[in-house]
Amino acid sequence: MVNLTTRIGNLTLANPIMPASGTFSEDLADIIDLGVLGAHVTKTVTREKRGGNPTPRVCEVRGSMLNSIGIPSKGIDHFIQNVIPFYHRYDVPLVVSISAHSADEFARLCEEISVPGVSAIEVNISCPNIEEDGKAFAMRPSSAHAVMKKLRGASDLPLWAKLSPNTGETTEVALATQEAGADALVVSNTLLSMAIDIHTRKPKLGNLMGGLSGPALKPIALRMAYQCAKSVDIPVIGCGGISTIEDVIEYLIAGATAVQVGTATFINPTTMVRLIDDLRHFLSDQNIANVSDLIGTVRDADAADAVVFMEAAP
Amino acid sequence: MQVNHLDVEAGASANGKVFEVEATVKSNVVVNGEYRKLVLAAPAKVLNCQPGQFFHLLCPVSAEHQPYLRRPMSIYGYYPEAGELHFLYKVAGEGTRAMAMLREGDTFNIMGPLGKGYVIGADWQNLLLVARGVGLATLAPLAQEARRLGRNLTAICSARSPDVLMSAELFRDMGAEVITVTDSEGTSGMDHIRAIIADRIAQNRVDALYTCGSNRMLTMLQGLGAEHGIPGQIALEQQMACGVGMCQCCVRSFRRGGKITHERVCREGPVFDLQEAMAW
Repeated sequence: MVNLTTRIGNLTLANPIMPASGTFSEDLADIIDLGVLGAHVTKTVTREKRGGNPTPRVCEVRGSMLNSIGIPSKGIDHFIQNVIPFYHRYDVPLVVSISAHSADEFARLCEEISVPGVSAIEVNISCPNIEEDGKAFAMRPSSAHAVMKKLRGASDLPLWAKLSPNTGETTEVALATQEAGADALVVSNTLLSMAIDIHTRKPKLGNLMGGLSGPALKPIALRMAYQCAKSVDIPVIGCGGISTIEDVIEYLIAGATAVQVGTATFINPTTMVRLIDDLRHFLSDQNIANVSDLIGTVRDADAADAVVFMEAAP
Repeated sequence: MQVNHLDVEAGASANGKVFEVEATVKSNVVVNGEYRKLVLAAPAKVLNCQPGQFFHLLCPVSAEHQPYLRRPMSIYGYYPEAGELHFLYKVAGEGTRAMAMLREGDTFNIMGPLGKGYVIGADWQNLLLVARGVGLATLAPLAQEARRLGRNLTAICSARSPDVLMSAELFRDMGAEVITVTDSEGTSGMDHIRAIIADRIAQNRVDALYTCGSNRMLTMLQGLGAEHGIPGQIALEQQMACGVGMCQCCVRSFRRGGKITHERVCREGPVFDLQEAMAW
């Protein structure tokens, strides 16, 4: 019997497979048993009610998708009264994703959402910060550090910082976030992208641009997860383009302690259940007793630091 | 910590509502110049459907066609006794082009049944449906249900021309009174359809109105329904990603209690109250 448990700080997960925020909700319980997942990660909630972006909110590109949903939110009161209680029936850590457009509002939400039933908070610092000309908090080390510092002061719960691929300073942002008190990094969110209908000449998304997710994002997010795992001491949770067991194993070898599965659930809603079983079989077939025996085992000893942390293709 | 035991049977459902299953193609044929009918052999667990519900289809990827996301499609017919699920579709984009490639014996990954369907009120004896083109497919299961419940049904079927009229025969087989209106005969205008319905309302022969899709039809039926206090329901379409309520992609606006509210077509719909739906 192989041991699938993995640790994210002081949290022990039954297995390293969990959903990515925004691709999961109570609704999935109609199709799979949510009790088998390593953790539950909710869609990002904001303090205030928000309507979200104009439609179309999603379009597909070859083998992947773009979205610009715009974080529609029913607000924190609805979330605390209706969403958190739903998850009480499961013995699975509940991770609540939050976001805000200013550091102070972010911290206030972080404090208010630190309620019984919540095991960790995923702070979505990949969203635009209105105090920084709409640049995402996670684009620059200084803004990532500043917001993370305020968030750390607002809650005693584990804080997972969700980083953005829309940066040229991957390791600097990761280190700044760790320094400011993050307990784990989720690497990463979607990559800003665009698609245009050549017949109507209109952008395919109502909001013009949106985030790329799915298999096309995987090599980029994997590279970032690897660089982050190399540079920080806190756990890294891989996220981006995972749909097969090979994808999961690759992230673990790169240094991820757990992984989040997103877009693949839209294609096959049973993906996460299948991946947990596939992971057990993979480890068993390879005579590997523990998931942890795989984590960070990438054979890169000969590479120089300059290569490991590069931000441009040579 | 104890590792949870897993039930990894494909499509294992936590609460027995929605399943992801591999169905088998029995036939996939052109039914007239514009439409195709796909008949699937499907397991009994996905055939416990309501009229107006839909399935989310994983259209096959080939060298020519690479659809990525699933495609939502309303159910044309569900037959638990025969173990069959039917879809009627018009080839319009990448997903339906890929569907058209399915051959007898192929497997086809489907997820469903999904969404909230049409409701027939306990005291609604006389039902009237009106739809156009492939939209009639969505209403076909309603006719089946009306017959099962012993209700009277009038079906107004609209099309460009008589040769592309869909489902009129199916509605007749279900015991419905069928009225066909077409562009080529000049009978499909909203004023004419409105007059046909108003005439039946005047004879106390309409307890509920059912439609799907079209903006003009929605506006016309809302007017009639409001004027005469007749309830109605409309099935709406919207581009979808997940199809089960997670992604918030398929929202539309609705009028409720003096406010505008947003709802997910996949979860709160696809069938909505006629008066709450908003023209687009």
